[in-house]
Amino acid sequence: MQLLEIKDLMVSVEDNQILRGLNLTVGKGEVHVLMGPNGAGKSTLVNTVMGHPQYRVDGGKILFEGKEITHEPANERAKAGLFLSFQNPEEVPGISLENFMRTSRFAVTGKPVKLFAYKKELKQKMEHLNMDEEYASRYLNVGFSGGEKKKSEILQMMMLNPKLAILDETDSGLDVDAVKIVSQGVEKFHTSENSLLIITHNTKILDFLPVDAVHILMDGKIVRTGDRSLIDRINDSGFQGLEAPAV
Amino acid sequence: MNALHKTKTQVEEIDRTVYDIRDKVNSPYQVGQGLTVKIVNEISAKKNDPEWMHQFRLKSLQVYHRLQLPGWGPSLDELDMNEIVTYIRPNTGMKGKWSQVPDDIKNTFERLGIPQAERKSLAGVGAQYDSEIVYHNVREEVRRQGVVYTDMESAVHDPKYGPMVKEHFMRLVPPEDHKFAALHGAVWSGGSFVYVPPYVNVEIPLQSYFRLNAPGAGQFEHTLIIVSEGASLHFIEGCSAPKYNVANLHAGCVELFVGKNARLRYSTIENWSKNMFNLNTKRALVEEGGTIEWVSGSFGSHISELYPMSILKGEGARMEFTGITFAGKGQSLDTGAKVVHAAPHTYSNINTKSISKDGGCCTYRSAVSILPKAYGCKSSVSCESLMLDDRSRSDTIPAMDIRNDDVDVGHEAKIGRISDDAIFYLMSRGISEEDAKAMIVTGFADPVAKELPVEYAVEMNNLIKLEMEGSIG
Repeated sequence: MQLLEIKDLMVSVEDNQILRGLNLTVGKGEVHVLMGPNGAGKSTLVNTVMGHPQYRVDGGKILFEGKEITHEPANERAKAGLFLSFQNPEEVPGISLENFMRTSRFAVTGKPVKLFAYKKELKQKMEHLNMDEEYASRYLNVGFSGGEKKKSEILQMMMLNPKLAILDETDSGLDVDAVKIVSQGVEKFHTSENSLLIITHNTKILDFLPVDAVHILMDGKIVRTGDRSLIDRINDSGFQGLEAPAV
Repeated sequence: MNALHKTKTQVEEIDRTVYDIRDKVNSPYQVGQGLTVKIVNEISAKKNDPEWMHQFRLKSLQVYHRLQLPGWGPSLDELDMNEIVTYIRPNTGMKGKWSQVPDDIKNTFERLGIPQAERKSLAGVGAQYDSEIVYHNVREEVRRQGVVYTDMESAVHDPKYGPMVKEHFMRLVPPEDHKFAALHGAVWSGGSFVYVPPYVNVEIPLQSYFRLNAPGAGQFEHTLIIVSEGASLHFIEGCSAPKYNVANLHAGCVELFVGKNARLRYSTIENWSKNMFNLNTKRALVEEGGTIEWVSGSFGSHISELYPMSILKGEGARMEFTGITFAGKGQSLDTGAKVVHAAPHTYSNINTKSISKDGGCCTYRSAVSILPKAYGCKSSVSCESLMLDDRSRSDTIPAMDIRNDDVDVGHEAKIGRISDDAIFYLMSRGISEEDAKAMIVTGFADPVAKELPVEYAVEMNNLIKLEMEGSIG
C-alpha cells in the first residue's frame, strides 16, 4: 500500500481550473521532488492535499494510507500524519509558538503532552535549527523574518513527526547558511518511516537526501517523472521541451 | 462540491434566550405611571437615607423628568420609559430557588469554573454564601492600613465617611449629565465605597466580585473610590458569569478620584444577559502626577453604551485605557473611552479591541479633548476590530477636539475579518476549525487578558471560548 496516492485530481480555484487530472504516488520512506514553472499548480496541489477549503476538488481522489481523504478537513489529515510546511506561514498574534506547538501535538496525537519532556525536546530541536530559544515564547510567526518563519515550520515538522511532510519552497528566501541548517533538519527528520514531498527551485536542500523520484508539473499535470538526473537537466536547460507527456 | 463545506462547524452565538425571562409584572406600583416622588420617597425611606441623600434623590428625579433620551447611539426604543417602574422595582428578590434556574445558566457557571457557593448568588437565588466571609477577611486586612472598603449604604451612614460621600457623591457624574445619570441619582442602590489614605499602597486587589449578592447590585449600583495623594489601589468590579436578572436595565455609576501622584487601576469584566440595556457611566478625576488605568471587558447585553471618561486635571496626570468588546447575535455594543486633557503635560493612551460575530454590532466611540492651556500633551488612540463573518458590523467613531498646537496626538484604527488562511494554517496542525477560530480570537484579545489578574484572564478566555462555541456543554 502506498502512503499517498493522488488519482486523476482536478482542482479549481474561483472557477479557474488549475489541476487537470494529476496522478502522483509517494511510498513509505520515500523522498519525492516536485518541480515546475511558476503557475503550474504546485502550491495548488499541496494546498489541496492538505485540505484548504478554497481549493475545490472537481474530480479524482486523494488517498492516504489507502484511506480516502479527499473531503476530510485539514485537521483530520494532520491527525492522519500529513504535514505541510507553508511557503508563507501565517502570523497569529496572541499565542506563543511553544504553546501552539503543544496544543498542536495534543490535537494530532490525542495524548497529553508531558510538559517537562516536551520543553526539553523543544529546546534540543531549536538548537539543531540554530533558533534562539526566545522564539518559543514569541507569538506564532509574528515579526519573524522570512528565514525564521521557515525554521519555525521545520521545527513544527520535527515536533509533530508526520508520516508525510510536504515542503512548499521551504528553502526559498533563505541564505546559504540557513538552507544548510534547514536541510540538515530535514535530513534528520527523514527515516524509513517518514516520507517527503519537496517543492523546490533551489536544489541545494536535496544535497543530503536520497531522492527517489522527480516529478515535473506543468499545466496542471505531471508531465515527466524521472530520477535525480532530471534535476540536472532542468538546472541546465529549464522546463522547455518537457511539455509533452512522458512516454 | 467540496464536502468540506458540509462538515464546517457552524459557530453560533450561545443561546442566551434562557436569560430572557419576562417579568411577570406583579409590581406593587401601578405600571405605566412612570417614576414618581412617592416611589423615590419610599426607596429613600427604606434605605433610611440621611436628609441630604433624600433631597438628592428628589432633585435627581426632577432632572430625570426634564431630560430626554440621548439622540445618538444604538436605539433605545425597546426600553419603555413609561414602564420604568418595572425596571426599578422588579420582584426579583432573592426568593427564587436554585432548582428554578435554567440548566444552561448552571452549565455556564460550571464551564466558567465559578465556585459552587457563588453560583447561587450569581443566579440571584441565594443570599448567603461563603465568600461573604472572604470579603470580610479582605476588608479586615486592608483596614489595618487605614483603608475603608464597604458598601455604599454603610458609607453614607458612617459618621466619619458619610461627609466624604456627601462631598464626592455624583460630583463627577452629575444627575444633569444625561437621563440615566439622573435616574441613577434618584434610585441608586448598592455598590462599593473605597477610601485609601495618603501614601498607602494597597497590595491586594480589592474585588467587588464577592458582593454581587447585595440586593439591587448589578442594576443601579454606585461605586465611589477615593485614592489619596501618593496612594495606590487596584479595584476589580464585576465578573464573567452572566448575571441573571429579570430587570433588564443597568444604569450604574462609577466615580473615581485619583489624588496627587496616586495610582488607581480599575478593572471590570462585565457579562450581561442578552436582554439587558447596559447604560453605565464611569468617570475619573486625576490630580497632578496621578494615574488612572482602566481595563474594561464588555460581554453580553442587548445594548451597551459605555465610555469611561478620565479628566486629567493636574499637570502630568496620566490615563491608560485597555478595552475589549464582544458582540454576538442581536447585540449592539457601543463602547469606547473619553479623555479630557485639562492640564499641561498630561498623557493618555487608549487601546481597544472589538470582536463581532453572527450579525453583532460593535461601535467604537471615543472623544479626546485637549484644552487650550493643556500644552505638551500626548495622546494616542488605537482601536482594532475583528469581524468573524459577513453579517457582523464594526464601526469606529473617534472624535478629537484639540485646542492648542503643542501636542502629540495619534490615532490608529484597524478593521479586519478573521482570515481563512490563518484558520487553515492552524487546522493543518491538527486543530479543529472551532478551536482554530477560538484560538485566533483569544489571541486577538490577549493584550487585554495580559492586563488582568491571571484568574480573570483565564475566565475571560473561557468566556470567549464559550461565546465561540455552538452551544454550551
